[in-house]
Amino acid sequence: MTRDALARSRDFDRRGAAWYMDRAVTLFVFVGGISAILFIVGIFAFIAREGFGFVFTEFDAGEFFGSIAWRPTSMIERTYGALALIVGTASITGLAMVVSIPFSLAAAVFIGEFARGRTRETLKVLVELLAAIPSVVWGFIGLSIMNPLIIDTFGVPIGLNVLNAGVILGLMAAPIMTTIAEDALKAVPDGYREAAEALGATRWQVIRKVVIPAARNGLVAAVLLGVGRGFGETMVVLMASGHAINLPDSVFDSVRALTATIAAELGETAVGSEHYQALFTLGILLFAVTFAINLTADVIVRGIRRKGR
Amino acid sequence: MAESTAAPRPAAIATRGLNLWYGDFQALFDVNLDVRQGIITSLIGPSGCGKSTLLRSCNRINERLGYVRTTGSIEILGQDIYAPEVELVQVRKQVGMVFQRPNPLPLSIRDNISFGHRLHARGQRVSRARREELVEDALRKVLLWDSVKDRLDDPAIELSLEEQQKLCIARLLPVKPAVLLMDEPCSALDPKGTEAVEELIWELRGEFTILIVTHNMAQARRASEETVFMLIGKVIEHGLTEDVFLNPQHRQTADYIEGRYG
Ligand SMILES: Nc1ncnc2c1ncn2[C@@H]1O[C@H](COP(=O)(O)OP(=O)(O)O)[C@@H](O)[C@H]1O
Ligand SMILES: [Mg+2]
Repeated sequence: MTRDALARSRDFDRRGAAWYMDRAVTLFVFVGGISAILFIVGIFAFIAREGFGFVFTEFDAGEFFGSIAWRPTSMIERTYGALALIVGTASITGLAMVVSIPFSLAAAVFIGEFARGRTRETLKVLVELLAAIPSVVWGFIGLSIMNPLIIDTFGVPIGLNVLNAGVILGLMAAPIMTTIAEDALKAVPDGYREAAEALGATRWQVIRKVVIPAARNGLVAAVLLGVGRGFGETMVVLMASGHAINLPDSVFDSVRALTATIAAELGETAVGSEHYQALFTLGILLFAVTFAINLTADVIVRGIRRKGR
Repeated sequence: MAESTAAPRPAAIATRGLNLWYGDFQALFDVNLDVRQGIITSLIGPSGCGKSTLLRSCNRINERLGYVRTTGSIEILGQDIYAPEVELVQVRKQVGMVFQRPNPLPLSIRDNISFGHRLHARGQRVSRARREELVEDALRKVLLWDSVKDRLDDPAIELSLEEQQKLCIARLLPVKPAVLLMDEPCSALDPKGTEAVEELIWELRGEFTILIVTHNMAQARRASEETVFMLIGKVIEHGLTEDVFLNPQHRQTADYIEGRYG
């Protein structure tokens, strides 16, 4: 080997700054990716450890799911019936979805398919601003605007109820649903619209028959994300629902939500006590339901994808 | 300018003083063109000369861009499609379009074929059997029936490009348009696919008026009765294909045909 060639071959295994940078970034990204798994497992392990003591000893499924008597601090007989809390969360989330799904999908279709130029950009910015409003502010709106409004409009004695919390939660979930739904519509190739229009479809026919079916994955994801958001939201339901343990007969009844119960009571319990563990059991329930929602979303989305649509 | 040619067949497409702007940019200049009924006319010219623009004006699909302005008129079978009372849906029922890249809708093969027909049969009840029949006829006509008849419910995007382009032609047929516009319909296909689709287009001759944009000189010569040559937004020459190719009246036409514009 000539000296030249030797020098050149040494050049090959000289590790430059770029090599170290590459390595460092790879490692960093890897840790970031892995940490998602670690966090999930860690959180689940923590909630499970805190709650399972109760689940395996005091827990009575019949009472937990069948009774509305949530009396964790009773002197006479402590009971842990979560039915009213479950129904409370379900009714608020349900109403919120009734409010937000049509509203957000319509907004997304308008922004994505009808609005042009400046209007469109302005609307998008506004929607993103709405998404950034802190939940406690929404709670304020529920407490100080919606509450008297509901009392005056419907002549009911109390305005902190399913209607109030549901509407506020719906408005709160709407911006995120709108943004994701709009992204889904935007991802539909323009060639589809052009092809359908060239065949004689009107704007609305294009949207209904081509764009929405093609964007179905993303729209399902948007809706489920909204459901998850509503389900896990705490501050609004604490402030606007009335926080009363009650099986509602109508939207004008006050209710109490799972999340609000945990938030309100956890600070006043002794760590490791029965009450404390019962609250963590509510946490396990929330976790399980959210997990199920996400899994369902995943299965639906994959199912659609496998059919190649 | 467009030269009138021999046999006085009625014009299927007649443009008069057609100008078109994309924003401030003028893409078509005073186009006066008569495309005769029932024959295949090729539209040739260098890239960017306005072939697609002219084609896309004939079904007003250009307008979806929002910043397109058109003056002058285009008559399809004697009806000015830019007249204020004209309904776009009716224009598109008369004028079908095949795009450069096959663009089947994200639906099943069956639904792709019946899509246009469903749109235009609004209000009327069409029996299932009738609809199946339409689908079969259209697919047979483009020689696709045998290879897809057992998978009509599969997504159309799973077909090969060649099959997709045939499907895109087939889905126009149930609507029964008078005019077919084709914008380089073979440019995304391999030579075998090109040959098959070209043959198919030739088969449709007579039943439809076909205006086809092509980059391929050989294709224009083989597959069309008349040829239109465009340059920088203007129609330079229009005549029988053999005349345009063998005996062009204009320098620029000759230059282009001999490959001097690329
Ligand atoms: N959507 C558009 N916006 C602005 N200019 C365009 C648009 N489409 C085409 N043009 C311009 O119009 C001219 C003609 O384009 P086109 O009709 O696509 O040509 P061809 O099909 O002959 O290649 C070109 O200069 C092109 O840049
Ligand atoms: Mg073109």
